[in-house]
Amino acid sequence: MIESLFTAQVLLGILTSGIRLATPYLYAGIGETFGQRSGVLNLGVEGQMLLGAFAAFYAVRQTGNLWLGLLAAILVGGLMGLAMAFVSVTLRAKQGISGIGFFLFGLGMSDLLFQTLLGTVQTVSGFRPLAIPLLSRIPVLGPVFFNQSFLVYAAYLLVPIANYVMNHTTLGLKIRAVGENPEAADSLGVSVSRVRYFTVTLGGVFSGLAGASLSIALLNVFQQGMTSGLGFIAVALVYFGGWRVWGVLAGSLLFSMVNALQLWVQVLGLPIPSEFAVMMPYVLTIVALVVAVQRVRPPTALTKPFVREG
Amino acid sequence: MCGIIKRFPGVLANDCVDFAVHQGEVHALLGENGAGKSTLMKVLYGLYRPDDGEILLNGEPVQITSPTDAIRFGIGMIHQHFMLVPSLTVAENVALGLPSSRGVITDLDRVSKRITELGKTYGLQVDPRARVWQLSVGQQQRVEIIKALYRGAELLILDEPTAVLTPQEVAEFFQILRQMVKEGHSVIFISHKLQEVLDISDRVTVLRDGAVVGSRLKGTMTKAELARMMVGRDVGFQRNRAPVTPGEVRLSLHDVWARSDRGTDALQGVSLEVRAGEILGLAGVSGNGQRELAQVINGLRPVARGHVQLEGKDTTGVSPVELIAQGLAYIPEERMRDGMIRDFSVAENLILREHATAPFARRGFLDFKAIARVAAGHIVDFNVKTPSQETLAKNLSGGNIQKVILARELSREPRVIVAAQPTRGLDIGATIYVHERLLDERSRSLREEKRHGAAILLISEDLDEILALSDRIAVIYEGRIMDIVPSEEATPERLGLLMAGVTKEV
Repeated sequence: MIESLFTAQVLLGILTSGIRLATPYLYAGIGETFGQRSGVLNLGVEGQMLLGAFAAFYAVRQTGNLWLGLLAAILVGGLMGLAMAFVSVTLRAKQGISGIGFFLFGLGMSDLLFQTLLGTVQTVSGFRPLAIPLLSRIPVLGPVFFNQSFLVYAAYLLVPIANYVMNHTTLGLKIRAVGENPEAADSLGVSVSRVRYFTVTLGGVFSGLAGASLSIALLNVFQQGMTSGLGFIAVALVYFGGWRVWGVLAGSLLFSMVNALQLWVQVLGLPIPSEFAVMMPYVLTIVALVVAVQRVRPPTALTKPFVREG
Repeated sequence: MCGIIKRFPGVLANDCVDFAVHQGEVHALLGENGAGKSTLMKVLYGLYRPDDGEILLNGEPVQITSPTDAIRFGIGMIHQHFMLVPSLTVAENVALGLPSSRGVITDLDRVSKRITELGKTYGLQVDPRARVWQLSVGQQQRVEIIKALYRGAELLILDEPTAVLTPQEVAEFFQILRQMVKEGHSVIFISHKLQEVLDISDRVTVLRDGAVVGSRLKGTMTKAELARMMVGRDVGFQRNRAPVTPGEVRLSLHDVWARSDRGTDALQGVSLEVRAGEILGLAGVSGNGQRELAQVINGLRPVARGHVQLEGKDTTGVSPVELIAQGLAYIPEERMRDGMIRDFSVAENLILREHATAPFARRGFLDFKAIARVAAGHIVDFNVKTPSQETLAKNLSGGNIQKVILARELSREPRVIVAAQPTRGLDIGATIYVHERLLDERSRSLREEKRHGAAILLISEDLDEILALSDRIAVIYEGRIMDIVPSEEATPERLGLLMAGVTKEV
């Protein structure tokens, strides 16, 4: 039985879906990395994703235009991010608690909108796989890597871009400085609140996109609570990745592969109770965090609101 | 600066202050803590807005409402606590907040080149690619100065810049200041250390209670006069250290090893002894294991290897409660954090240590009458200035907070005292008080034992304090005791070399 998992066909299947499934982790994780590097912990990612997923799905359902769907997710996610920035930067609320508040808001609101506007589970035709000419013809691996949808390619493109912005631009320098020593940044005329508003709003935009990648590219449905903890795993991935974009990529792939594996375990009907299979990514989250957090140091000012003395 | 007035709720921090700096001079701003020096400079740097008065730059009135304005007008400030991002490189710290020649992309190579140039001109060598956390305190200070010069600062404000340096580093630092002045920069040097002010300044202005007491030019001032201007009365520099014959060994450490919070070996085989009726001064630059040593003795940090003994009994790894019972008193370095509870009243803080025993508590219930009576006595005995014993500790001044801690720790007539940085941040008046109290403890006669007072370990980064109070002086460097010398043989130069890790006689 178990050997059926190790056929070439199944392994390629796991690889293909693993690469696809990493998409929401990547968007949400990279967005959260920006927020955390600037000192703001946003635990509301899950709620932002749900609302983003619903907005995208509903827009596509109404207009049939996928790009309008993306725009809706960006707007809703950005708005949620802006609200989180207002609460955590301007009002200086405790970030852990307010993040949970935003998660619950997103969970409830998306459910309410779903009940009122849709009522039943429906489907849309989302982004289709785009075969990249030539590359997708590479035997065996071509279809795995180069026959994915637009949102999947964009997520992987985001990795080097985000890394470059963080480490080679003046904006990235400001973000890193604000997260480590906001007093120092302030004394040099860098506006701590402006930087944090930017990163947290950007994080919201990416969370919205992460939601959209589920509802109009990977699954093409919307259901209540369909993100099922994925947003929280994305927050954990930022810790796991040591607050580095490449680390988030590694973590995203690890988790999505495990996820793909557990899906195949169920599909193949292996004699492992499906409950245990479903648990795998979550157990891995805890294990990975315990291991990773001992290794790296978070940004010094993480979760600390900035107040200029005097 | 003309007629600067700055009010805080209940305090007049600057009372119509006039202050002028000429190009190419070092102008010292001298005063006790709370005299208004830092407030005045924060007004100049745009961190505070004055309630009245104006600032003239080269004769023109200017409005400075933010540090960005100040930087634009060529004013740079080096804060007492460095404003650096430890995880970033030197070049990144310098480039932070500045426009880049490559638009949104950083131009660190160019910045590094300029840093090296500045380093050559002013004698401020530092590796632009090094990460700030890897640098020594003295090097970090250079980075701060480079940061200001890089931004075109003509006038530099230095807030207590020498507090963290060894005597040799201070000498080097003064060289840099002289070089800057030679290049046409002006320097405002904030300090309360008289000797340094005399050494480096062309002019001195003394502030007291928010107002200018007077200004003096180089060569027309004496230490005694400046001190009188600063405090408002005559100040003695000599502490009256009565001769005491040290008694038996009360505290001893044998080859003690301990780890720092970061897991490095903070103490690497420390051995020392403190006798009854003796003050052993522990000198060293901050961060060489002093904090860990104090914590090890007080049972607040595990000992990796070696032994600590109190009056001959092994107390390695013994809990603080038992150490207190054996007569150990601790005056912690971070008095606000480790010395008291900010949101408790003065009375509650005074009985914190013995709150669970008679007369303060009976069968688990606090006896508020007894607490009030004892607290009132302590407040009088230790001259604590507080509106009432119900006042929250966080509302007291630094000096009075330290008096509350002294009252709590010393009123029990302890047999061993560990005093860590007991006067850091205190004004001259409070410092003298703390010194006298410690000297009293040293020569105090215990009832049960006529001859000897407490054994005191005085940990301090202030060499003058160490020299004035100690009978013997130990120097710690990178977790090792470099040497222990009798105070009669100790000079700042000799101690300074030891503090820098140099053992050979030069």
